[in-house]
Amino acid sequence: MRPTKEVLASEHKHEEWHPILEMAAREVFQLMLASELKTAPPPEAPDQGLDVTSMVGLAGKLCGLLSIRCTGKTAALIASKMLGVDVEKASAELNDALGEVANMVAGNFKNKISGLNDGCMLSVPTVVIGTDYILHSMADSPGIEIRLLFEDNPILVSIQINE
Amino acid sequence: MGSIQALIVDDSSVMRKIVERSLRQAGMELSQVYEAGNGAEALAVLKDNKVNLILCDINMPVMDGLEFIKQLASVENGKGVPVVMITTEGSESNVVTALSNGARGYIRKPFTAEQVKEHVMPLLAGKS
Repeated sequence: MRPTKEVLASEHKHEEWHPILEMAAREVFQLMLASELKTAPPPEAPDQGLDVTSMVGLAGKLCGLLSIRCTGKTAALIASKMLGVDVEKASAELNDALGEVANMVAGNFKNKISGLNDGCMLSVPTVVIGTDYILHSMADSPGIEIRLLFEDNPILVSIQINE
Repeated sequence: MGSIQALIVDDSSVMRKIVERSLRQAGMELSQVYEAGNGAEALAVLKDNKVNLILCDINMPVMDGLEFIKQLASVENGKGVPVVMITTEGSESNVVTALSNGARGYIRKPFTAEQVKEHVMPLLAGKS
């Protein structure tokens, strides 16, 4: 019998990847920021003001795009926690920090799915600042979106998958 | 174990700082920390400087970590220096390639200072 993780990878049961993606994100924040992410309640209205988007592409056995969205204030707080310095001092490293978070979440996600591990490459992270843009991913499945709270601030972790 | 001179190779300056902090949290006394943004920069650092330890990412522009460790022995100051890979790339093929090319350890991001300590300290026993 094949291990569960390999079944997930080979049969592309994307809906079952939801807890894996959530765990991947939680572990990154726990280990690198010493911060426990909390599950966010469903939003009463569409999230607004999430003006920092960090993205990492996946290619190979799994093609798609992993993104993390948050406010600029949250991004600065994330950079601050990662570096162990005040928010003001961390602002210059905000893009680098957010890119690394997305990179680690994407890597941790694929490393948890053994069928993907050896056949899925990650792109260099890209960070977009602002909200006045439309993202057209080549993904052709609904994808997975997880809404979490980092120090009571919402962050959205999502993965769009192109089969 | 005496004072250590370390080279940290990662294209993220944030990650280089985190790795340095992890080494200090692990109880390591660092007399000098050199930084490089890719393998080519790291080889250039080693032309003029001696180090006791190298911590290296894999996915980097210009020259990646796997190519760097292949070329490390060609630099006088790189011979015999223990290299620990610290990377998001946890694929078995990358681990095998890194270890077969001379890496002495492999840490997956995200990581803890304790993991860094477990992988690095045994390599530095008796070195300074």
